[in-house]
Amino acid sequence: MVDTTQVDWKAIDSRPEFQELHRKKMGFLWGLMIFSMVYYFLLPIGAGYFPELYKVKVWGPVNVGILFALSQFIVAWGIAYFYATRASTVFDPMAAAIVADAEKRMGGKK
Amino acid sequence: MSARRLTLAGAFALAAISTPALAQGAVPERFRWLTFVVFGAIIAVTMYVTYVAAKRVKTASDFYVAGGGVSGLQNGWAIAGDYLSAASFLGIAGLISLYGYDGFMYSVGWLVAYITVLLVIAEPCRNIGKYTLSDILAYRNNQKAARIVGALSTITVSTFYLTAQMVGGGVLVKTLIGIDYEISVMVVGILMLGYVLFGGMVATTWVQIIKAILLVTASILLVIFTWTPYGFSLPGYLTAVVGDAKVQAQVAALLGDAAKNMTPEQLGQRFLEPGLYLKNPIDQISLGMALVLGTAGMPHILMRFFTVPTAQAARKSVIWAMAIIGGFYVLTLFLGTGAAMNVGAATIRGVDPGGNMAGPLLAQWIGGGPESMLGNLFLAFVAAVAFATIVAVVAGLVLAAASAMAHDLYVGVIREDHVTPQEQVRAARIATVIVGAMAITIGILAKGQNVAHLVALAFAVASSANLPCVLLTLFWKRCNTGGIVLGMIVGTLAAIGLVLISPNLSYPLAIKAAQEKIVAAESAKLTKFGADLTAATEAPAQGKLKADIAKSEKAKAAAEAKIKEIGNDRTSIVGLEKPAFDLRNPGLISIPLGFLAVILGSLLYRDKRAEDMWDELYVRQNTGLLLAKPVAH
Repeated sequence: MVDTTQVDWKAIDSRPEFQELHRKKMGFLWGLMIFSMVYYFLLPIGAGYFPELYKVKVWGPVNVGILFALSQFIVAWGIAYFYATRASTVFDPMAAAIVADAEKRMGGKK
Repeated sequence: MSARRLTLAGAFALAAISTPALAQGAVPERFRWLTFVVFGAIIAVTMYVTYVAAKRVKTASDFYVAGGGVSGLQNGWAIAGDYLSAASFLGIAGLISLYGYDGFMYSVGWLVAYITVLLVIAEPCRNIGKYTLSDILAYRNNQKAARIVGALSTITVSTFYLTAQMVGGGVLVKTLIGIDYEISVMVVGILMLGYVLFGGMVATTWVQIIKAILLVTASILLVIFTWTPYGFSLPGYLTAVVGDAKVQAQVAALLGDAAKNMTPEQLGQRFLEPGLYLKNPIDQISLGMALVLGTAGMPHILMRFFTVPTAQAARKSVIWAMAIIGGFYVLTLFLGTGAAMNVGAATIRGVDPGGNMAGPLLAQWIGGGPESMLGNLFLAFVAAVAFATIVAVVAGLVLAAASAMAHDLYVGVIREDHVTPQEQVRAARIATVIVGAMAITIGILAKGQNVAHLVALAFAVASSANLPCVLLTLFWKRCNTGGIVLGMIVGTLAAIGLVLISPNLSYPLAIKAAQEKIVAAESAKLTKFGADLTAATEAPAQGKLKADIAKSEKAKAAAEAKIKEIGNDRTSIVGLEKPAFDLRNPGLISIPLGFLAVILGSLLYRDKRAEDMWDELYVRQNTGLLLAKPVAH
């Protein structure tokens, strides 16, 4: 078991570095989450209520419906890539700095 | 060690004695040995992996989460192997082969589900969790209460999913290879027990990786063969699909009277348009909600994130899983349409009315058809992969249920964490045997039951109970024990209750009415055929009419037999004459109810510990501070 009582969690939580990570991350995560849900649910809603639109042929027999369904895959992968890039370039270094700082303080206490 | 070898040998022997018990199957009898050779090779490799893994499993951490030493790439493949069940492998290709566009649209939600997992579940859970879903719930809430509700929900969800897999798998193997249902359930069960009991999560992970690689390889090969004749052009390929007479005939059959005024070109194009299978958009949205929120609440998927060492590795594993799973579903578009065009819906339906044999039959066609050696080698390979798929998914589910039973209920609640490391591993193994035996028993008892709604039910409970609790305890400061307990209870009961009164169940009156309609229609046809036959003078016309009469009489007799079978039954198993709730998927109602219950429960209950622990949980889930380093092997 990890001993978690050696860390002053409240102090870390109230540090400006952590608050900044919290603000940036939450806005980004929930924004992306809402976008992806809206984009996904447009597919069954469109198929149910606007089937005529899906039937419009654009490329040989390939119609709007097929392109929209295929775009769901591209968008899902795009979101994953976008998030992974942002996480590794922005969130990870911020979290690493907070962890390093906390570990230094813990080391200092001993 | 010798006892272990003996059991491994036993599993082999069981696989071997299943050979003589043959009935009808998609694989022709004289080529059946091919399936056994391929499947035997897969068993041999996975058993060897288990043997190696068994030496590495010493602690509870090794058993439940492979010591946290799985890499992101490995875990990505394992998640794909855990997730791509036979239902998605064979089922979705089948849906596309019979209904075209709607089948493909259905597959999208299974990938989008991983966005939820990636953004808000995988990394926080890795940072604060240990082995199970309840570890997350118990972090800042009352230990006993959170562990009990978390474990019960894990066992409920896993059992629903497990039963669907065992029964579905048994039927599938029978259709595919012709092995008796009971024997295939036992072979699946014993193999899975062998992997989990001896190799724990280490072996389970490798079985899932091997299965995912086989599945993806098989699919890519099939798609290459299907697509090559059209120069890898999408419009070129789809032009051939919509121009195919078999595809047009299938659409005409689905549309019935509405097809009368359509040209063959219109009929073919209709295959690529929505509405042939999914009729109720509200139900689609409800199903979509259960999928995109339920996957993140599936205990066996959640558990996979505890097998990697860091949040970065957890993130990487979801990215890999999304690439593999998404790529696979894009391939199913070609597998399904390829089967529709080359094999034909009539043939696919002839082997299995649900369309599950579309992929395997396409493999057989590519190799040269039912009479060719190569065709049957391909079919044998796909059949063996399907079998491996069932085993791998079932292994993950059993491990999740066993960990809830042993780690949460026994070690956490009954023994209050006062156990030796040896006792923990022993408890885990005993729980595995209990869950495994239960899976085999339920599988055999549920023979012939309609289990399709159990998958919907598993996703409904996971999305309505597990997900709201996990999400809110991770991200909402006020969330506490009261919310977790109320959320789990309300979410689970709402999901199960709504499914019990939904159209998923069998309603004798509705079945009777449908069959009576068939009897009336066939009787009318018979009268007409009879009159035509007396009028007909030429031999070929008479022969055709006689064949039609025989066909109609058979259909009529089948419908009459079904009516007789129903007898005087009037109500479904919960006593309803007709569904009281119109949606097949309860998510639309039960998910908001689950969230509401967590919020209300938290606001009504005072829990000092949950408030005090918030800073700790929130800092740790975001930074991974104090995350235990993986044990080096």
